[in-house]
Amino acid sequence: MSFATRGFSGRRREPDTRLPPGQTLVQDWPVLSAGPTPHVDTADWEFTIRDETGAEHRWSWDELLALGVEDVTVDIHCVTHWSRLDMDWRGVSLDKVFENVESEHEYVMAHSYGGYTTNIPLEDLLDGKAWIATEADGGPLDPEHGGPARLLVPHLYFWKSAKWLRGLTMMPDNDPGFWEQYGYHLYGDPWKEERYW
Amino acid sequence: MTDHLDGNVLAGALSEVFTGDVTAARARCGGCGRMSVMAEAMVYTNAPGLVARCAGCDQVLATIVDTGDRLILSLAGLTAIELRR
Amino acid sequence: MSAEPMTPVRASRPRPAWHVATVVETRRETPTAARLVLDVPTWPGSEAGSHVDLRLTAPDGYQASRSYSIASSTPAGTTAEPPAGQVVLAIDELPDGEVSPFLVREVRPGDQLELHGPLGAFFVWRPGESDRPVQLIAGGSGVVPLYAMAAAHGAADDAARFRLLYSARTPADVFFADELTALAGPAFGLDLVYTREAPDGWPDAVGRLTRETLAARTIPAAERPRVYVCGSTGFVEAVARWLQELGHAAADIHTERFGGL
Repeated sequence: MSFATRGFSGRRREPDTRLPPGQTLVQDWPVLSAGPTPHVDTADWEFTIRDETGAEHRWSWDELLALGVEDVTVDIHCVTHWSRLDMDWRGVSLDKVFENVESEHEYVMAHSYGGYTTNIPLEDLLDGKAWIATEADGGPLDPEHGGPARLLVPHLYFWKSAKWLRGLTMMPDNDPGFWEQYGYHLYGDPWKEERYW
Repeated sequence: MTDHLDGNVLAGALSEVFTGDVTAARARCGGCGRMSVMAEAMVYTNAPGLVARCAGCDQVLATIVDTGDRLILSLAGLTAIELRR
Repeated sequence: MSAEPMTPVRASRPRPAWHVATVVETRRETPTAARLVLDVPTWPGSEAGSHVDLRLTAPDGYQASRSYSIASSTPAGTTAEPPAGQVVLAIDELPDGEVSPFLVREVRPGDQLELHGPLGAFFVWRPGESDRPVQLIAGGSGVVPLYAMAAAHGAADDAARFRLLYSARTPADVFFADELTALAGPAFGLDLVYTREAPDGWPDAVGRLTRETLAARTIPAAERPRVYVCGSTGFVEAVARWLQELGHAAADIHTERFGGL
């Protein structure tokens, strides 16, 4: 059925060659949440990488920042069809975090405070492609945007950039995380519109 | 920030799948065992899909992802749901 | 011989479906809200308190949908008011919203939109179902489904005692002000609380609803009312918590939160 309501256009959808297919440019930063927002103090915050031997590599907040914080400007693309361009972030490159982690496994499950999970191939986290972000838009990350620290993997849909990050677990297989179990794509490349199963 | 709604809001999407109104159905949470009406669940709508959580223990009871041409429904967090004829 | 059914068989409710609605009338309801009267020839009727998913489609195929409570109802066996095939919505404009500003400001008689419904069999009131008193508690535009219940109660001449506690910003922000005043009487008590500004000579303090006001202006828990609460998430959570503290059983408290743009 071709049906239209007179006069309705919805939010302005500006074409932009820097936007992946099906995306709309926004200036604000919509808050999406699948559950209650955890509030974690940086004094209590801890980040852990667990490898296949069960060994855990741990960083406190100060230890993480001591690895070296860098400024990055990236575009982010949410699977709910909005994108932001040239967004300013600060965070620690995952290359630094993985420097002394030995693992044969090729996949990673990110875990969040609050229980959220998302799966990512290890190679998508390395070589300057991903960060543990602690600041955005010139200030510390608000809890509603994933603070104190979230994953930032801008070349994949933004649900992969897990909020309230607390750890990564190495996996032999590409097991699905939260949204990947419930219908979203296992990989999530916005340029190929890999939204759903 | 408390930004969830009630299970009432699931009625539209679930009516495409079930013949009765499932929001009035009782169901048991697989996390804490609490029995409650689906309409009393906490539903997060500002998300890539609808996420219904137990009002007692926050466990995810159900999710609905709308892909446009498909609905992907999970009831994995429920042990059982009572559907009236 | 077959076993008795475990629960009484209830007349089956209309199955939700998509309907094309034509706007018959738009009216300013409050400074921020509009009332839309819709003609829906295929509408099967709906119970008081139910809602619809309303969908708008742009010429390029873009769609946006939102849930809205229905201000009208057409319960079986009562005089239909408004007439069958008519659906009344009252929509409050949310700043930065995508759908509500369009519905409040742009929609004109003759325009068409799509409705999915009727939806929701839980947050509804049915005439003749129970003799227990009913307490309605509304925050802002949360009064819409509760007004539908009060109107259905009035139309059905139902024996249950009704009372509505309605928190509004100012007198101008009261939805269905004339209709609620007309319904008020021995069977329907109306209590207003103003949070920003009250009429001249208003005896009560102006400000947010408190637990004390809630206790003083609602049917006491000892009378075991069925309670329906509708408003913003914060309003509903505070009221539901106070009601339980005042002795109401959780199972007697029906809630409907609204939010989203």
